Amino acid sequence: MSNFWLHPALLFFIGGAILPFIPERFRKWWLLLIPALAFLRTIFLTSGTFAEIPFLDWTLTFGRVDNLSLVFGHIMTLMALIGTLYGIHVERRVEHIAAWTYVGGSLGVIYAGDLLALFLFWELMAFSSVFLVWFRGSPESIAAGYRYLLVHIFGGIVLLAGILMHYEATQSIAFIALDVKNPTVATYLIMIGFILNAAVPPLHAWLPDAYGEATFNGSVFLCAFTTKTAVYALCRGLPGMELLIPLGVIMALYGAVYATLANDSRRLLAYHIVSQVGYMVAGVGLADLNTSFGQLALNGACAHAFTNILHKSLLFMGCGSVLHMTNESRFTRLGGLYVKMPWTFLLTLIGGLSISAFPFFSGFVSKSMIVTAGFESHRLWVGFLLVLASTGTFISTALKIPYFIWLGKNNCSTEVWERAADPVWNMRLAMAIMSALCIFVGTYTPYLYDMLPFQPIEYHPYTSVQISETLQVLLFTALGFFLFIKKLSPESVISLDVDYFYRKGGQKFLQFVTQRIQPVDNFVEQIYKIGGLNPLKFSARAIGLFDNHVIDGIVDGFAGGVLILGDRLRVIQRGLLHENLLLAIFTIVIIALLWQVLCWLGC
Amino acid sequence: MKLVELIDFIRMRIHIFLRIFYAALVLVVIVDAIPIIVDKEHVHTSVEHLPGFWSIFGFISCYLVIYLSKWYGHAGIMQREDFYHE
Repeated sequence: MSNFWLHPALLFFIGGAILPFIPERFRKWWLLLIPALAFLRTIFLTSGTFAEIPFLDWTLTFGRVDNLSLVFGHIMTLMALIGTLYGIHVERRVEHIAAWTYVGGSLGVIYAGDLLALFLFWELMAFSSVFLVWFRGSPESIAAGYRYLLVHIFGGIVLLAGILMHYEATQSIAFIALDVKNPTVATYLIMIGFILNAAVPPLHAWLPDAYGEATFNGSVFLCAFTTKTAVYALCRGLPGMELLIPLGVIMALYGAVYATLANDSRRLLAYHIVSQVGYMVAGVGLADLNTSFGQLALNGACAHAFTNILHKSLLFMGCGSVLHMTNESRFTRLGGLYVKMPWTFLLTLIGGLSISAFPFFSGFVSKSMIVTAGFESHRLWVGFLLVLASTGTFISTALKIPYFIWLGKNNCSTEVWERAADPVWNMRLAMAIMSALCIFVGTYTPYLYDMLPFQPIEYHPYTSVQISETLQVLLFTALGFFLFIKKLSPESVISLDVDYFYRKGGQKFLQFVTQRIQPVDNFVEQIYKIGGLNPLKFSARAIGLFDNHVIDGIVDGFAGGVLILGDRLRVIQRGLLHENLLLAIFTIVIIALLWQVLCWLGC
Repeated sequence: MKLVELIDFIRMRIHIFLRIFYAALVLVVIVDAIPIIVDKEHVHTSVEHLPGFWSIFGFISCYLVIYLSKWYGHAGIMQREDFYHE
């Protein structure tokens, strides 16, 4: 294609590069203009293959536009717009640049038509998003950022190895559905690369570790892009891979359990990303595209990624507002804040009801698709366990968060209480827009359903059975919550996860090195010092003395002799011809006499 | 601050709202048992034909999620906040 095709990611890259030069009075307008243009660009994209660029032996495709990439591109740019609005008052421009580069990386992956272009943007996402953690500036966030980066570098290497092996076997770098019925080592490596970013246990611990430590608006971006881009990659590359079904169900339950234990509100939400992405991963696993339930499952995975970006970011905005205003995010140090932050409470509650799949909220129209696909595939355990996990979602996000931050016993310190207030207008507006979208998507289903990859959609969420089932599950879960609330009370603890192994492992390694390796190293150093360095210094000193006194003495003595001789010659040699002539004759005579003597002696 | 007043209004009359909540619990089970309203012809499993099946499922699930999670947490997973700062 010779015609220029404006990649939506390019707007974020160029917009970010120009941002430092924008005058302060236009800064906020610029921050809104760029994501708005990118959103409009994705709305008006037409299907096809664009931006094909030859590179070595391959042709890299940066613009593959189809139903799947369109729905993900739509929600990503919409999220970027509202996320930027949420943090528009943040004056440090480099934070916006990092966020936009991250968004651009995600869009690059979504529109990539080959695995090399995908890998390029995949890594860009990791290296730009880590700054959203680091910018918080605390020692914990710096350390969490490094762990996040190291884990993603590992995932990137595994993914690259898979891509190279796949190319070696097929001579193709096209990013299309892999043969999941006959998986090879390359398929599994690519899968590991993808599911690490999707935070599938045991490759998930980077997520609650980093997202709990990021800046208040950094988490809003982080919660939307990395895992959902990975879900896109799974939808594109590994639909119908059955291994993903149990992995997804385990994720959904695992996240729910850890969210129940969490004392930090943002860590709780991070674990609910794991739980919710579990539904999507299970949906991808169920997506045998030759079956109607498989198509429903893949549509469900896409729909749930779409709605999850809306309500999860809303929840992170709500809890981020509490952190931003009070500098506190632990339940044991909050409570009763509805008096000070009523609008934040209401909008966060809408996010909680949405993620819990309450009828007429966004989660209801997407989560039920995957659960129904599970039942229709005759894997009843999938359906039942996903419903079980959904009770955990409701307990934590719609009940525990609102209750222990806003309604329950006031555990706030004086400082926290005095600082608490609804946040600035742009944060409130962003949350209000997200809330409205959650309700809009939940009530007007064609908006979302018409974008899904497999058309026409024959699924109807608002059936009497579906509503009855959901209301029963949620209302009786609420009853259980209030009956067992004492048991559920947050505790001032952290919950160990698989990052224990590399965090404590790192500390143990350091301890081992300090206590075991370093003494040996010190001992060897002493031996070297005594047996090697000291004799070397002694010999060097002796050589120095020899050099100074003997070598230099000879050289200096010779030089001194030459100097004295020169001085004497200078006195003798005065330039008078007759004296020179006399001296020459005298010398010749001396030489002749010497010669004669020698000859005589020789005879 | 009308929103705060509304929340205070509900909190002060919490017993009334609790009764409404209990009534809703009974109502969803009753409605689930009426085939004219909730048509269960196409449900996926036989147990779903039982009226209020999902109510019991939801309540037991809630119990399991809370108690199993806490049991798991107290089995050594939950540690003091400065655990990694030694």
